[in-house]
Amino acid sequence: MNAFSLALSEAFALLAGFDHRVAEIVGLSLQVSGLAVLLGTLIGLPLGACLGVGRFPGRQLLVIALNGCMGLPSVVVGVVVYLLLSRSGPLGSMGLLYSPTAMVLAQTVLVAPLMAAIARQTIEDAWRDYEEEFRVLRLRWIDSVRVLLHDCRHSLLVAVLAGLGRAMSEVGAVMIVGGNIDRSTRTMTTAIALETSKGDLPLAVALGLVLLAVILVLNGLAFVVRQWAMRRYA
Amino acid sequence: MANGLLKFLGRAVCGVLAWASFAQAGETIVLASTTSTEQSGLFNFILPIFEKDSGIGVKVVALGTGQALDVGRRGDADVLLVHDRAAEDKFVQEGFGVDRRDVMYNDFVLVGPAADAAGVKGARDATDAFARIARKASPWVSRGDRSGTHAAELRFWGAAGVEPKGQPWYKEAGAGMGPTLNMAAGMGAYTLADRGTWASFKNRQDLAILYAGDSKLYNPYGVMLVNPARHPHVKKAAGERFIAWITSPEGRRAISAYKIGNEQLFYPLSR
Repeated sequence: MNAFSLALSEAFALLAGFDHRVAEIVGLSLQVSGLAVLLGTLIGLPLGACLGVGRFPGRQLLVIALNGCMGLPSVVVGVVVYLLLSRSGPLGSMGLLYSPTAMVLAQTVLVAPLMAAIARQTIEDAWRDYEEEFRVLRLRWIDSVRVLLHDCRHSLLVAVLAGLGRAMSEVGAVMIVGGNIDRSTRTMTTAIALETSKGDLPLAVALGLVLLAVILVLNGLAFVVRQWAMRRYA
Repeated sequence: MANGLLKFLGRAVCGVLAWASFAQAGETIVLASTTSTEQSGLFNFILPIFEKDSGIGVKVVALGTGQALDVGRRGDADVLLVHDRAAEDKFVQEGFGVDRRDVMYNDFVLVGPAADAAGVKGARDATDAFARIARKASPWVSRGDRSGTHAAELRFWGAAGVEPKGQPWYKEAGAGMGPTLNMAAGMGAYTLADRGTWASFKNRQDLAILYAGDSKLYNPYGVMLVNPARHPHVKKAAGERFIAWITSPEGRRAISAYKIGNEQLFYPLSR
């Protein structure tokens, strides 16, 4: 029990004292995961929508594969992106390894399939309600995708939040491609892993609580924005 | 629709602006090193001195020695600072590294539960301590990660004539020094640790140093440049400057000055 109360008081101290180092690390986590989710949204949502609306041979296999990718281990993504970006790898000449850019790429690979899979289900469910109407309107296939993406935007927020949660909480991929470099590629999760290995468990839990608080605030913001948007555009 | 798209583009632009702030000013080198040097706090202490002196930023990627050498082999670091002399010499011989120099040393310590069921405290030397643990089949947590400490541990088992792999009392963590110490603390097991990580390790629970001081527990660190002939992108000038500094009188002074409590953790090697 002692360790937990210690962790709690340390977490409060970190939040209340607005520790500069912690703020820097939180900032990097938000930047990296935010960009990854942005890219994941641009790739994943249209991809999921196309898969939700389109009817073509092999579609079901693709859906299964996509759903499977929701369980993609972050360490594997990290190793694969590492091998791609390594100086001895195909993209080595870009010199991106151990940079925040590399972490954004790895997290994008991680969250895009997750967001696509959730978007696919959302859009497909909506498609069933709209199908008749679209047929009468003789809407082109690609236009149905656009209409559905727009009409389902409030529900698709869940896909975005799921992506954000996954990106903010994963440690395997950013650790390998970022290297957990102090003041350069250290994120909340790699900092927690580092403090755990230094045996400073209360500080590790305290950082975990800070991370949780950040994720909760983001979700709260998303909720408020959604409420506001629904009232405004409903 | 157009409205939503505009908002989206706006956000994308903000993202790209944030991206630009990732770019770091000034020259930086990547130093692949071991968890012991990073987690003991040594780099946090000496690197700012070098950075102020030279204007060169040092990005430390802390890995086990085996992994750090692999990173160097692939050309993903400019300088390596590791502690496994045999592996270092092989690395240089194979043409992956150049300009290898001795930097500093500390020592390994045998830690275990304070009750010391295997009687390691009374051991004649380090090899005898390992033999006693095997004889009593006392639980042992090995790094199991091809690190310098792992290599040293295997040398001691070899010297004691013990084949620990596969024994029920022998657990391979496959992890860094810190997680291995966490496991040993949780299981009440013995393990071999470098003094730097041990000194800065906080979750000791019932663990204590039970054996130390044998000259065979000597743990030297070496620095080298990744061969620019093999990997042309290696920052040769900046890397060489770092190697020259850390082996210079100023570098040696900085290493000696780093202490936790009153304990000096690393001792510079004069060449």
